[in-house]
Amino acid sequence: MAEEEVKLFGTWVSPFSRRIEVALKLKGVQYEYIEEDLTNKSPALLNYNPVNKQIPVLVHNGKPVAESLVIMEYIDETWKHNPILPADPYERAMARFWAKYIDEKFCAAARKIVVAKGEEQKGEIDEIQQQMKNLEGELKEKKFFGGESLGFLDIAANIIIWLVVGQEALGMDQILNEEKLPVLHGWLHRLLDDAVFKECVPPKDRHLDLFKVKFGSSIASK
Amino acid sequence: MAEENKVKLHGMWASPYVQRVEIALKIKGIPYEYVEEDLVNKSQLLLQYNPVHKKVPVLIHNGKSICESLVILEYIDETWKNGPPLLPQDPYKRAKVRFWTSFVEKELLENVLLVVRSEGEAQEKAIKVVFEKLKLLEEGLKDLFQGETHHIDGENMGILDIFLCSLFGAHKAQEEVLGVKFIDPEKFPLLSSWVTAFTEVAVVKALQPPHEKLVVVYQFLRQKALQPSAAEVEVKEGVYVRSLSRSHLPDTLI
Repeated sequence: MAEEEVKLFGTWVSPFSRRIEVALKLKGVQYEYIEEDLTNKSPALLNYNPVNKQIPVLVHNGKPVAESLVIMEYIDETWKHNPILPADPYERAMARFWAKYIDEKFCAAARKIVVAKGEEQKGEIDEIQQQMKNLEGELKEKKFFGGESLGFLDIAANIIIWLVVGQEALGMDQILNEEKLPVLHGWLHRLLDDAVFKECVPPKDRHLDLFKVKFGSSIASK
Repeated sequence: MAEENKVKLHGMWASPYVQRVEIALKIKGIPYEYVEEDLVNKSQLLLQYNPVHKKVPVLIHNGKSICESLVILEYIDETWKNGPPLLPQDPYKRAKVRFWTSFVEKELLENVLLVVRSEGEAQEKAIKVVFEKLKLLEEGLKDLFQGETHHIDGENMGILDIFLCSLFGAHKAQEEVLGVKFIDPEKFPLLSSWVTAFTEVAVVKALQPPHEKLVVVYQFLRQKALQPSAAEVEVKEGVYVRSLSRSHLPDTLI
């Protein structure tokens, strides 16, 4: 079998990039990781993703794939062991539905929270807590969204960590608190404890520092 | 047909999102019951089947509801394997199709809607963005089709064809209302011939509302966005749009 060459262009802080790292590690796929400086994008990145010029980009034997959820589906279809999507079409539809929900609704609300102030911020927090309540409805009694092990939606939902770190960096009250969101709270701890996922989470201090630098000034003026 | 296997689609005749699902169902030859929703006065069933978004389309199969048009299309492709496939077999080709479908949805559709809902300088800006995105798509099509002529018929329409069709199937109405020609054969030859091809497909022709109705829809969307008393217009819309029924469409039960 010809030698496989897998490259991933990403950034250490991006939850979208992290999705791909987790997926590749879960499948035991060897890959070369290239850290991109988004203020100074490499010619290689611009060549592999001329349309969006964004990370993550997976390059498999010279062929590029972009858009994190598209890449995840590609990974699952190319390396078929340890599937990240369930076999049943309805359950696959649910995983895709909620992943899309996270990308569209959760991301938008999370970004607003870190820059909004006062009443507006409170409104966004209420909104995101309701979104997380909806997610809990999908998780129910399961260990992970994927069942006993990490699946498509767990990987996609890793972006929740971005919010948790963000709120801590900005000295905010816990948004994903155990009282209001016990089911998701438990899930997050299991996620952070997972052997494979752990390898892909940046050191907390480094993560916190970046947040404070990026968003700290907006909250200091409150 | 057993109740469990029955397929129902909750939709609204003017919705391009619903049109995507109907095209897919017809291509696959899947019989379904269509339920027209009044979006001003949503049915209890719709709110029960799509509590998160409260929108159409919603597909109901085996008593379970599936929402979001792209999710529904993938579900259809994976559940009914006998009809023509909506995605290619090869993982890399599938990734390219999914990438461009996402592009059509996020980069093109969103910006076209922005053009519809704005005026003056804001609209000028939005128009410019749409042309930039169309240029990217034209380039992408060269790679996607690999120099081969892309023939489309009722047997080989896939999710990207369907998505693009739901956006630019109405391009003539968009031209009339907006005074802008997006599907320009001189600027975008591949895209233009592709759009022409899929509007000729029998299934698409049967589902496409007549030009005059589409013009009314786009005019309405524009009015709703630009007029301050939007609430009043919405109520009128409920009455006005409802009165423009699906009477132009043939019986949807195959």
